[in-house]
Amino acid sequence: MSETLVLEELSVLFKDVLDNGDISLLSSTTAEDIDEWDSITHMMLVVEIEKKYAIKFTASETRGWNNVGELVKSILQKKS
Amino acid sequence: MVGLQSFAAYVKKFKKSPNEFASVGVAILSDSSSQYLVKAMVAAGIENKLNLSIYEAPYNQIYEELVQQDSPVFDASVSALFLLTSQQKLYKKFLHTPTSQRIYFAQNHLQYLQQLGELARSRSNAALVFCNYPDVNDEVFGNFANSHPASFPYQLRQLNVLLMEWVSQTQNIYLADLASLVARYGHANVMDNRLYLANDVVFALDFLPAVARALVQMVAVVKGNLKKCLILDLDNTMWGGIIGDDGLESIELGDLGNGKAFVALQHWAKQLMQRGIILAVCSKNEAVVAREPFEKHPDMVLRMDDISVFVANWENKADNIRYIQKVLNIGFDSMVFVDDNPFERQVVRQELPDVTVPELPDDPVEYLPFLQALRLFETTTFTTEDAGRTELYKAEAQRQMGLSLHTNYDAYLESLSIEAEVTGFVSQVVPRVAQLSQRSNQFNLRTIRYTEASASELAHSPHHTCLAVRLLDQFGDYGIIGIVVLKRNEDDALFIENWMMSCRVLKRGVEDMVLNLIVEAAQELGCKTVIGEYLPTKKNGMVKDHYKGLGFSAHHDGSWHLKTEGYVPRKHFITIKKN
Repeated sequence: MSETLVLEELSVLFKDVLDNGDISLLSSTTAEDIDEWDSITHMMLVVEIEKKYAIKFTASETRGWNNVGELVKSILQKKS
Repeated sequence: MVGLQSFAAYVKKFKKSPNEFASVGVAILSDSSSQYLVKAMVAAGIENKLNLSIYEAPYNQIYEELVQQDSPVFDASVSALFLLTSQQKLYKKFLHTPTSQRIYFAQNHLQYLQQLGELARSRSNAALVFCNYPDVNDEVFGNFANSHPASFPYQLRQLNVLLMEWVSQTQNIYLADLASLVARYGHANVMDNRLYLANDVVFALDFLPAVARALVQMVAVVKGNLKKCLILDLDNTMWGGIIGDDGLESIELGDLGNGKAFVALQHWAKQLMQRGIILAVCSKNEAVVAREPFEKHPDMVLRMDDISVFVANWENKADNIRYIQKVLNIGFDSMVFVDDNPFERQVVRQELPDVTVPELPDDPVEYLPFLQALRLFETTTFTTEDAGRTELYKAEAQRQMGLSLHTNYDAYLESLSIEAEVTGFVSQVVPRVAQLSQRSNQFNLRTIRYTEASASELAHSPHHTCLAVRLLDQFGDYGIIGIVVLKRNEDDALFIENWMMSCRVLKRGVEDMVLNLIVEAAQELGCKTVIGEYLPTKKNGMVKDHYKGLGFSAHHDGSWHLKTEGYVPRKHFITIKKN
């Protein structure tokens, strides 16, 4: 799995969960950039990502990502 | 297996709020974070055809909210007031209780909840809903907790019992059974400690659709939307197999095959009947044949006396349910229809969208747990009248007889895009031809059985024309469902030596299509007459008038004749692929 692929897959997942078809994620994207991405929807995203990749994040991890790039790294690390 | 449901997908699926649903006011007071739950409840509202207008009280301020005179909680539009207290907060309170006082913990907490109840009651006429506490052992005393009244598990269970005693003696106060809901899905599956520690949300997100649904079903019942009638299919729903083909001795009931699962399902239906749910039967069968298990099978739990309206015929099920509705004079939205056959479910869903038609799991042994998990039969009352309801409706059903409702069934058939593949007895179909001829008892005009060898022989006979019909529609491939064997007589007549079909595909125009094919074959062979014959057996009563219905005229020797000249092809909605 490459970073680009995960980024693409996450874009689809974000669009779906946040119900906003305009979302296109970059590594630098943060919650600030997406209106629908707030503390409530954050955990919805976490849960859906976990199911998609069959992984589990720790409580600290779910609080720790500064941008989408770090989230992608976190996924890749768990899948490796 | 009863599975969890994606919270994100659930909220999205029931997002748009259609204004057609009546607005219902609901207030939620919770000692944990309720923001996700409220989202799920709005979705559950739409799923249950309610437009919920939810007032969410500030986080963890139940008492504070209830002492405020002008709280929106007390608005007249609020029909249901939820006071949701979590097991986590309960445990915190327990930890702060001195050890010596812990044996009174449940009693004291009940008094606290009763006080909240009285506060709410003093200013609101809404239904009050409390919840009980999921069973959990803090593993301080282990199993010994059960022997030790000052332990948390002991007090928690006692509290749940005290709560039941309270609500059972108090008008308009109800208990949401979260404990059994958690048990059904499994405690470990419904908890997400991260969410609890970070956001004080006490259940995992993907459990919230189930919680929301359970709460909203209580609102629906308070508003009078409740289920009153359970309509049951018979073959492969109430027992395994097909009574008309397999016979009384071979259907799966009791120890035979999946019989235990069907017995359990029947027990459940009977329990529902005894608490006031009307049972009806809607089956594609000969009425006499369908009644036989109810009258004679030793392992049947349901008996004819338990069924208020018994409809067994070969008509379209939507029409039959319309008839049941007319007899019972209750709303379609109060009816639940259970049928293993996706085709029948779809007919009813399409024509009667208000009837609840659960999508059953593939495996019949899962029917009962699946249906139970849907929690369709909520109620807020139980009276002795409920118990006697079946008698009442049975009498009514006997007054109303005669059934001739017809809907736009043609349009429905057309929408199914049914296809038929017609071949001779080619080698690939021969095993199934033999099997079908062995198994079909009901739709079988002359009941001639074939082996694979005799079927192959027919395929090569110069005097015979054989047809094997395979059927497909949007629900899938039914395989070979019909066989016809035609024999050319010396006097230029084509004799239908055998015509048999699987009962699964009746009422879809297959008979009409097959007759067209027979007449075509006759015309190609230069035969002026098609001759059919019905040889009665104990089981094939359903095709007694088969040829009459297809326009044949009775011949003095008991056979049926049809002229090929001037034959007008019969109307059907099947696309034929000939190979």
